[in-house]
Amino acid sequence: MMLSRTASQLYWMSRYMERAENLARLLDVTHSLSLLPQSRGGSDITAALATTGALEACRARHPDLLAGDVMHFMTFDAANPASIVNCLKFARENAHAVRGKITGEMWESINASWLEARQMALEGRPLAGFFDWVKERSHLFRGTTYGTIQRNDAFSFIRLGTFMERADNTARLINVKSHLVGNAAEDSAADFYLWGALLRSLGAFEAYHELYRDTLSSRRVAELLILRPDVPRSLRACVDEIAELLPRIKGDTGHRAKRLAATLHAEMSYGQIDNILDDGLHTYLTQFLNQIHGLGDAIHGAYLEAA
Amino acid sequence: MHALTLPESGHYDEMLLDSGGIRPHYRDFARWLHSQPPETLARKRAEADLMFHRVGITFAVYGDDSGAERLIPFDTVPRIIPASDWQTLEKGMRQRVTALNAFLHDIYHEQHIVKAGLIPAEQVFSNSQYQPAMQGLDLPHRIYAHITGVDVIRHSDGNFYVLEDNLRVPSGVSYMLENRKMMMRLFPELFASHAVAPVQHYPTLLLNTLRHASAVDNPTVVVMTPGHHNSAYFEHAFLAQQMGVELVEGQDLFVKNHRVYMRTTAGNKQVDVIYRRIDDAFLDPLAFRGDSMLGVPGLLSVYRAGGVILANAIGTGVADDKSIYPYVPDMIRFYLSEEPLLQNVPTWMCRRPAELDHVLNNLHELVVKEVHGAGGYGMLIGPAASKAEIEDFRQRIIADPSNYIAQPTLCLSSCPTFVESGIAPRHIDLRPFVLSGRDITMVAGGLTRVALKEGSLVVNSSQGGGTKDTWILEDQS
Repeated sequence: MMLSRTASQLYWMSRYMERAENLARLLDVTHSLSLLPQSRGGSDITAALATTGALEACRARHPDLLAGDVMHFMTFDAANPASIVNCLKFARENAHAVRGKITGEMWESINASWLEARQMALEGRPLAGFFDWVKERSHLFRGTTYGTIQRNDAFSFIRLGTFMERADNTARLINVKSHLVGNAAEDSAADFYLWGALLRSLGAFEAYHELYRDTLSSRRVAELLILRPDVPRSLRACVDEIAELLPRIKGDTGHRAKRLAATLHAEMSYGQIDNILDDGLHTYLTQFLNQIHGLGDAIHGAYLEAA
Repeated sequence: MHALTLPESGHYDEMLLDSGGIRPHYRDFARWLHSQPPETLARKRAEADLMFHRVGITFAVYGDDSGAERLIPFDTVPRIIPASDWQTLEKGMRQRVTALNAFLHDIYHEQHIVKAGLIPAEQVFSNSQYQPAMQGLDLPHRIYAHITGVDVIRHSDGNFYVLEDNLRVPSGVSYMLENRKMMMRLFPELFASHAVAPVQHYPTLLLNTLRHASAVDNPTVVVMTPGHHNSAYFEHAFLAQQMGVELVEGQDLFVKNHRVYMRTTAGNKQVDVIYRRIDDAFLDPLAFRGDSMLGVPGLLSVYRAGGVILANAIGTGVADDKSIYPYVPDMIRFYLSEEPLLQNVPTWMCRRPAELDHVLNNLHELVVKEVHGAGGYGMLIGPAASKAEIEDFRQRIIADPSNYIAQPTLCLSSCPTFVESGIAPRHIDLRPFVLSGRDITMVAGGLTRVALKEGSLVVNSSQGGGTKDTWILEDQS
């Protein structure tokens, strides 16, 4: 049992931490891709922006969408609510509000991340190092959480936030790349770089080679990132965790959320990649995002809002 | 060796005698201090700063637009109090708090003290802190101020004086606890060589006090905070965590069927005792300030029906008001038939024409305070003020005399403190905490605040004050 407001702040604390990490992953890969020639899949940075929904806000601020400006907008810009620095700030603000419910070490890790990020933003640190740093801070937060916090409802809501956010972010990421690749039957050379970049941004490049021992194909990449339960950033892995976490939360206010999670879990457990591709990747991912958002609303209504 | 600046003569130093010798209870510490290389001590201080910063023990400064959080400077030279001094202090504070609770019960019931002519009726009943809603309400054990912080200073005559009583939502106890933790971490060897009375059981005593405040068996206790923008939020969260109770905001609570409930992930749960760290005016928008977003609509009606306990009670502010303060010695005599063990600072009430004249003629050597002021805001320190500041204050006093009291400029005792030039005397005060439940309990200790600016007498953290660990030495005999 815990206060609904506390649960909400724990949930959003970890969502913002996870969002910062995914943004860093996305921008890191985008940054390397932008160094490639167009024929090899080199894409401009606007694709990355589109996944985060911040394209219009960025265009309003930087009409020319120059790569450097866009990168700054997405990383250090305090005026962009979706920038990495702001994600770290919101994570820290939520943590601050629930200081009594997290361990001292968790608070220290999340507070130090924000203090350092703010300093880096002032100094204008080089970007490549910054992305690695964000990932490390997210790993540190997760590791500290795993290693120090009691296994209670607070832990469940923290984990729930992580996987709800990751499911959303991974789906958006695949959606944009699939949009770039299009629905061509044959994989082109450019696609090779795009799928490779996508796998790398999700830390799944090694897993792909280990599992398939073959060259990259869009079908197998999609299968890996959507349906494989053993790849920790896949949609299926996220949904597995959510479906396991929700029933653990005590009380009987969350029937709807639990039912939605169980339904989604069943659909994915018995899903086939060919069926998904027949309907079109984009269609599937859009539907998946709607389901995740519906589940998010149900979680809010049941646990996180003032009743 | 350290550059040690000696105190000016004419005031009391906690460590050094006028002759330059060391007071007995500081001798072991002084020996240890002189054996430490300055760079070791500097490193320890940097370590303490870093740890406080990372742990997030900061406070928000009102009126600072950047919303910056600052660290309250922590000084590593402890303020040491011998057992005999503490016994005097403890007895005096128990007596004082007992009388103050009796006074609060009286003025919300039979009003004997007013009828006896000891305190003018308008002083009590026209006071903005007097809450008519409390009249006739019977509280368990007749306790109004469950938690009291008594500000004490040592004057140049070596005696302790009570500067003010804090009966509303006194803060600072978390610094008392964290300062001790820090000192034990930095200098464990000092605790092996000194019999320092422990303070770490304060949260347990507080929880017991709060539980006893309710007639319910195994009551649900919560800490209520205005939220994380409040300057003392760290302390609210800290105490809730240390006691193992929920830290709630107004929005987490609601009133239903004459009870207070909190909203939880497992449904609604009844709350029996609210340790509220929020002022009376913001508690219930239906009863007090209608614009309060921090309170709980309907809370007062549940409270009046006995459905929930508030700690401290509503309306305690009337007893710690600076215009009531001069009457506390009379309260002790009236309710307890005892002579006060701790002295008040002599106080002139500007509402009395004769005293007003005296104040206006001696502004340059008096401290003038607003009756409702707190935190070191809205006060004049005559000897340190410019002519223009004094004239400005004079006009303000003339415009509204009853809003001001004046006191002689007390010479707060000093304690050696780390400063840029080495170690120098800085003025300090002391805030011990008194818990009133079925019995009165205290931990032997308190928060020592130190004015870090040379010569300054203002110890408030909002005005650049710092803190020290406070050691009560246990009697070894």
